[in-house]
Amino acid sequence: MFLLALSGGDRYVAGAYLVFVFLVLAYLAIMAVKLARIEREVVELAEIAEQRDRPTEDKQPASERAKAKKETVA
Amino acid sequence: MLTTAFALVFFYAPVDADQGIIQKIFYVHVPLAIVALCGFVAGGIFGLMHLRTRDRRWDMRSYVTIHLSIVLAVGVLITGSIWARASWGQWFVWDEPMLVVFLIVFLLYATYQPLRFSIEDPEKQSRYASVFAITAGAFVPLCFGAVRMAEGLTHPQAATMTTSGPASVSQTFLISLIGMALLFVTLCKYEMASKNATFKLRALRRRLAGEDDDFAAPVARSAAPQL
Repeated sequence: MFLLALSGGDRYVAGAYLVFVFLVLAYLAIMAVKLARIEREVVELAEIAEQRDRPTEDKQPASERAKAKKETVA
Repeated sequence: MLTTAFALVFFYAPVDADQGIIQKIFYVHVPLAIVALCGFVAGGIFGLMHLRTRDRRWDMRSYVTIHLSIVLAVGVLITGSIWARASWGQWFVWDEPMLVVFLIVFLLYATYQPLRFSIEDPEKQSRYASVFAITAGAFVPLCFGAVRMAEGLTHPQAATMTTSGPASVSQTFLISLIGMALLFVTLCKYEMASKNATFKLRALRRRLAGEDDDFAAPVARSAAPQL
């Protein structure tokens, strides 16, 4: 819509610069998704490590314990 | 830096007397092309370092550099096509050597990822990929050098466009080029950091799995180097 509103050469110039911006943003978005996955894995591994350090009777993951604690408070 | 460059493009650099406003595409198209081609050559140099040292980190650098250069090359082809359409009335001109050579280089590098993915053994994968990176990296300056020496003046030459015009043109172009190079280096570092974090996590997971197999995730086949 924005490009159609422009005239002649302006449209091409805007298109070229938008292509560049779109490429960079798409790349950053893909990298952000990967980063989010890494973060999830870190949380998961932290839970596993925590579970190992704890005595054997308490095997519940940290996220579930937090959820249970929230429910108790509510 | 790039924001400054783009501000200069629209508010400082003069409008070209011959091509008019469409010449402004030059400030994004040419720096993109130069940085992408330098990235391909750098990928070859990193590949050479990998073969010399057998250090997988060089292979990782080569992979990331080439990967990002391919992304920039897509940008070069699209912005170049837009410029060609605006200037010559056609999206692609097949009798223009510079365009065709760039397309050939792009298609050559487009086979890099499938090549890596097709080799299962990580050691062989990195070695073959390095050989490819060196050969293709040497091909790039050779090809463009040959075209520069042989061709006529159909394709606008970056050197002519920046030196024949007013100083503001060359200054804006230089800042765009530096900005693009810095963006390339930043994105390379970003991807390298992400890959390193992934490998460290995988190693940590394997260590934890040493005691309990339930935590071991299967390593998926990938085109990316395995550290």
